[in-house]
Amino acid sequence: MSAPSENLPENLTMPTIRTRPLLLRHLPYFIGAAVVVALAAGMQFDGYVLNVLMQATTFSIAVFGLSVVLGLCGQINLAQAAFFGFGAYAVGIGTTDWHLSYWLCLLIGCFAALLAGAFLGMSTLRLGGHYLAMVTISFQQIVTLVMINAIWLTRGPDGVSNIGRPELFRTSQGYLAFCVAMLAIVGYLVWHLPDTKLGRAMRAVRDNELAAGVNGIDVFRTKVYAFAICAGLGGLAGGLFAGGFAYVSPDQFSFAESIVFLTMSLLGGVASPIGSAIGTGLLILIPEWLRFLKSIPGLYLAIYGLFVILIIRFMPDGIWGFVAAAFERWRARIRTPAATKTLLLKPATVGGDIVLEVSGLSKHFGGLKAVDEVDIAVKRGGVHALIGPNGSGKTTTLNVLSGLYKATSGKILLDGTDITTMPPHLRTAAGLGRTFQNIRLFRSMTALENVEIGAERPGNTMIGKAGIGKAGIGKGGAAALTERAMEALTFVGLGARANELITSFSYGHQRLIEIARALAANPTLLLLDEPAAGLNSTEKLELHELLKRIAAQGLTILIIDHDMTLVSEAAQHITVLNFGRRIADGESMAVLRHPDVVSAYLGSE
Amino acid sequence: MDLVLQLLFTGIGIGAVYALVALGFVLIFRATNVVNFAQGEFSMVAAYLMVVFAVDFGWPYWLSFLLALVGMAMLGIFFNLGVYYPLRHRSFLPVIIATIGASILMANSVLAIYGPQPQVLQGWFDTPGIQLGPVYLDSQYLLIIAVTVVLVIFNYWFFEHTLLGKKLQATSQDKEMASLLGISVSAMIMITFIYSAVLGGLAGILVAPVLFVSIQMGSTIALKAFAATIIGGFGDVAGAIIGGLSLGVIETFGAAYVSVPYKDGFAFLVLVAFLIFRPQGIFGERVAEKA
Repeated sequence: MSAPSENLPENLTMPTIRTRPLLLRHLPYFIGAAVVVALAAGMQFDGYVLNVLMQATTFSIAVFGLSVVLGLCGQINLAQAAFFGFGAYAVGIGTTDWHLSYWLCLLIGCFAALLAGAFLGMSTLRLGGHYLAMVTISFQQIVTLVMINAIWLTRGPDGVSNIGRPELFRTSQGYLAFCVAMLAIVGYLVWHLPDTKLGRAMRAVRDNELAAGVNGIDVFRTKVYAFAICAGLGGLAGGLFAGGFAYVSPDQFSFAESIVFLTMSLLGGVASPIGSAIGTGLLILIPEWLRFLKSIPGLYLAIYGLFVILIIRFMPDGIWGFVAAAFERWRARIRTPAATKTLLLKPATVGGDIVLEVSGLSKHFGGLKAVDEVDIAVKRGGVHALIGPNGSGKTTTLNVLSGLYKATSGKILLDGTDITTMPPHLRTAAGLGRTFQNIRLFRSMTALENVEIGAERPGNTMIGKAGIGKAGIGKGGAAALTERAMEALTFVGLGARANELITSFSYGHQRLIEIARALAANPTLLLLDEPAAGLNSTEKLELHELLKRIAAQGLTILIIDHDMTLVSEAAQHITVLNFGRRIADGESMAVLRHPDVVSAYLGSE
Repeated sequence: MDLVLQLLFTGIGIGAVYALVALGFVLIFRATNVVNFAQGEFSMVAAYLMVVFAVDFGWPYWLSFLLALVGMAMLGIFFNLGVYYPLRHRSFLPVIIATIGASILMANSVLAIYGPQPQVLQGWFDTPGIQLGPVYLDSQYLLIIAVTVVLVIFNYWFFEHTLLGKKLQATSQDKEMASLLGISVSAMIMITFIYSAVLGGLAGILVAPVLFVSIQMGSTIALKAFAATIIGGFGDVAGAIIGGLSLGVIETFGAAYVSVPYKDGFAFLVLVAFLIFRPQGIFGERVAEKA
């Protein structure tokens, strides 16, 4: 735990990347995209090249969807070809059998895929990833079954031909230019997504679901959004594809095609749309060059399967991942300007003198009463410690308080609000902040990004002028968020290393980043789960100092720890648990001398 | 009523196959915390091995059967070494993607070698079946049911009453503790892969005479078996068996009374219904992650 060293004057003058206007910063991208669109419209391609380009463009959009759901959010989707088929068939059937406008059909297809994705996600995403994998495979099979058998709707195995295009892009060349423009727009949005609130939430969910939940992120909803976006992009891509090739049939949207999409995504690099485009381009071009592979059925898919295993084993971040990793190392050396203000903590004071009132709280696991009828009253503005021997129910209590476990019975009031039945992210919104005994940071992010997620707590009044309302942050919010996060990191003494990845920090420093993440949210009550565990004696002293500085700003702390020195020095009030029951409660010195407490720790005679 | 009994028999027969594959799923899941998406391909490969040995080479049925099972044991070893073992310290997502890759690789390699034409494999017995009152008992279905019963009993005896079984259980419950007690965790995982490859293979060989031997049989069976494990309660051995049997029955009745082309869709409907209304399955208990 080094002393703050980022207050050196030269850092104050460093320009920040974030403050430049977004559109200006991304102008080169749009100019480049416009040039490519113009090229697609103007150059004279022969039919074969046109087909390959059309396929690459539309497939890329579908693979962008996978980069959102798999790369950003860490959820698997093995039915992307089915969603692709939704869009393709909507345009196919819509423009031929139903004589609808192309645009309407494209919209319907996109929307149908989105809804199907959302429904699949809602039924499965509360459960583990294995379920999702299997359910998406099943869904894929069902869609294929329907495409083949519902002849009245889809014309069965024969497929749909003579599919229309919009009036505006009647020629193949013009239509290709339109698809490239769509690719550029979608690519821009997907590229930018990780830096938005939703994108950060997705990355947090991917890295650590539990920690994401207690930092105010609705994990389930984030996953469903990611899944629906992915499906929607699949639908859009399919609609564009149908217009481009004027013919669709069930075999184009089979499980094998979903695997092709997955391979494209993995090969290029799952985390970024650039990777998706690279992977898609390669896997469309390579089979074109090696056409002889297609003459033996199964051979090229067998090679794809082998590719998947080899990529996962030897190149888990794909081609673009290699490049991006080098870029990250370079970025870590850029310093963010040091915080100009010290961190201000203004805990809300809605309720009375008691910040946290727990009454009759019980948590039973089957027959085991891990927590049994416990009452705790945490007074505002002090350090309250919860102690007890191993297995006394301390961590269970904390998990019930933060909502990771549901209380069997009892009531929890936080600053006058009943939070007993709230899920973790709503408790965080209500003002609860916590750290974990075994550190749970988002490991693929930088320290700053971790703390920004904490700062983004709904209801945080310390961001910008207006704070974070229901609709998210107002204007200039991103800069205010970074500022707040920098203040919090500086407060714990790590401001100078804000742009480093979590993995490069020592254990003690990771613990401090976790505390900074909770502080940036300006909580009403801070729960610390064994913050001294695994720290050496110097680090413990520094932790004690940090707790004092936090308490000095009026933030109430509830701490669980084994370290008696830390607890007796830092806490004014102590509650002792043993076998899930409260055995003592009161002013700390009196409690530590209480005969029941002594016998619980040292045994009785 | 006669039809109902007949369908019930067929359903249990086909359900027994799902149960065997589901058992393989569960055993690997318990040992490695990973769902093996190539489990169904074990059945498919075994069925093709039978075709190679018994039909193409014309070797005796029992010899082909033994050789096919030996082949499956070897496949289990290769699979562990090539797919699971290098990724054992990574999170579940890379591992399941790798098993999906392996499943694609196996299915399409067989397709490249054998072509898309489904193959026919004779049943074990020459007698096609016996008439018992109103129900016609197909001899192959009888065999499937009998083998499943024997295997379930063997499985119980093996895990509860042998030292090796206990070691396997210890490994699946706490790998670190098991290794501290002197159990070789990697050997136990290897045994699990071999065992479940053989189980999957057995299911494939048994079901082959009933269905055609085709490239798709692997993914179809795997899908049903996975649905069975969820219905029974994920990770639960008894649940996998009950789930497999009930799914076979549901599917058979669905095909008879609702729709034949959508026969393979019923498993999905039942699966989604369970996921929404009872995700922990029939026997399962919800387990919360420890913070």
